Amino acid sequence: MQKSLHIDPGKCTGCVQCELACSFENEGVFNTAKSRIKVFTFHQEGRFVPYTCTQCDEAWCMQACPVDAIVINAKTGSKDIIEDRCVGCKVCTIACPFGTVNYNQDTGKVIKCDLCGGDPACASACPTAAITYIDADTTGLDRMRAWAAKTDNTAQASA
Amino acid sequence: MNYVIVGAGPAGVIAAETLRRMDAGASIQLIGDEPEPPYSRMAIPYCLMGRVAEDGTYLRKSDRHFDGLNIEVINDRVLSVSAAAASVALGSGTTISYDRLLVATGSTPISPPIEGMDLPGVHPCWTLADYRNIAARADKGAKVVLMGAGFIGCIILEALAARGVDLTVVELENRMVPRMMNEASGGLIKRWCEQRGVRVLTSTRVEGITGGNPLAVSLSNGETLIANLVISATGVAPNTQFLEGSNVDIDPGILVNECLESSVANLFAAGDVAQGRDFSTGDYTIQAIQPTAVDHGRVAASNMTSGHEQLHRGSLNMNVLDTMGLVSTSFGAWEGVSGGESAELNAPDRFKYLNLQFHDDVLVGANTLGHINHIGVMRGLIQTGLHLGVWKDRLLDNPLCLMEAYVAATQGVGLTTKALD
Ligand SMILES: Cc1cc2nc3c(=O)[nH]c(=O)nc-3n(C[C@H](O)[C@H](O)[C@H](O)COP(=O)(O)OP(=O)(O)OC[C@H]3O[C@@H](n4cnc5c(N)ncnc54)[C@H](O)[C@@H]3O)c2cc1C
Repeated sequence: MQKSLHIDPGKCTGCVQCELACSFENEGVFNTAKSRIKVFTFHQEGRFVPYTCTQCDEAWCMQACPVDAIVINAKTGSKDIIEDRCVGCKVCTIACPFGTVNYNQDTGKVIKCDLCGGDPACASACPTAAITYIDADTTGLDRMRAWAAKTDNTAQASA
Repeated sequence: MNYVIVGAGPAGVIAAETLRRMDAGASIQLIGDEPEPPYSRMAIPYCLMGRVAEDGTYLRKSDRHFDGLNIEVINDRVLSVSAAAASVALGSGTTISYDRLLVATGSTPISPPIEGMDLPGVHPCWTLADYRNIAARADKGAKVVLMGAGFIGCIILEALAARGVDLTVVELENRMVPRMMNEASGGLIKRWCEQRGVRVLTSTRVEGITGGNPLAVSLSNGETLIANLVISATGVAPNTQFLEGSNVDIDPGILVNECLESSVANLFAAGDVAQGRDFSTGDYTIQAIQPTAVDHGRVAASNMTSGHEQLHRGSLNMNVLDTMGLVSTSFGAWEGVSGGESAELNAPDRFKYLNLQFHDDVLVGANTLGHINHIGVMRGLIQTGLHLGVWKDRLLDNPLCLMEAYVAATQGVGLTTKALD
């Protein structure tokens, strides 16, 4: 059974431990600006929403890549950037309808969540279990995924 | 079933792979006339920058990829198509028959009708062969004139600047990327480049080129520039000549319907050569961008397979451009729609710009400059037609809260049940 990140915004306190853990794991620094997961704050509503790549089936980023630099990780199902291949054209950053592929100006390559290869640092760091890494079919990502599917340019007329 | 695809760029390759997925037993032939493995021309600038070698432009990295999928790649040029005989004639003299044909031949640069465009040292930047010619002359400090500051021209500008050439850009229109950015943001790109040592001449025309190495480039402002290399990026025309006499409707790209089928039965078209449907306007136009080539390749292949019909609702026109570290984007109806509303944020001192266009409470177009995080969300918002509800008014006040608006609208924060319908 493949696992995925389950995010329960109701449990998030906005402590940004996830952002710190992510940037340290992936960039070697504690710098929330370099995190692949981001906590959005809604002051008016008093809510926090952690947000990152859903590893959507449509994989818009992967489809749009002109040089085959985004591939599916056979173990985790995540869509991973192959750094040596990425030319930094940024087409994936505009193709991803979730806005979860970002360009890193320091390296000239794009970055996105790769589930840390199967042991996501954000989930380990979250003190309130707002972010957990669990069996994919119980994560309730369906709503997000339904939304991703709406980005499709096509309508299936008959099959 | 016998599928023949003409053109081995992104549209042709995606179509071939999609056909294989949908029709395991079919014969698939992919004919391309360039003497290279199938590659992506949009990666050429990054080759020029030295970020990757030539093989970094290849669409698929394993040399056994196409064999492994039992896709026959043929290096030849299609000279003509006979719809009556359902066959294509190749340069080598062979004739290949098809049950379904896909034309994915892209386009070719056109030269302005001026003297000297055929001189050595005057090149477009379109193919790997062009790349080799340019790389041979674009040494550090070389004097280079770039004709055209459209989207493609500006991407080449970035690559040339990275090579450290002494660069002058000559653009006919009054600003850079006139079909992608408005005057305010296009003007900022120009100022940014000038501050970094690139000379940018807008509202100026190249009138002729003479000489050897160096070349002399005469301009409409009376000046003559000395150049070791001239690169022309002054527009392209779709590759349809070989369809003459085939009854395929052309205007100037191949006219297709929502299935990407042309006016001739069993003949489909995809990518830069096809006039496909635009998501924002519903018109059939040439978009000439990579994501659209991919969309077309996938949808055309699906409709070429018997028993399948997949309607193309239209591709969103979108671009991302990096001019010497300044990233700009455009999405959809960035010029606005009638009866719509807009929000603008212009901070020229900090080289930041944002323009959002709405129809009711739906985002329909956008431009950004100097923003690199979460920019894809504009595509998501536009293409899903997400109703922003109260967040639309918040965006009119503060266009920067785009990502918050999106997260809120999809997670139901401060919103409206309309969000996900
Ligand atoms: C320098 C540069 C930078 C670019 N940057 C971007 C970018 O940043 N973002 C973006 O979205 N797009 C970009 N583009 C545009 C993008 O590359 C094209 O939209 C895309 O390549 C179109 O794919 P295609 O398969 O339709 O056509 P092409 O890639 O042009 O492939 C068509 C192929 O068909 C072959 N062919 C033509 N006629 C025949 C024939 N009669 N017989 C056999 N073969 C034939 C051609 O030689 C070619 O190999 C860029 C283009 C260039 C040149």
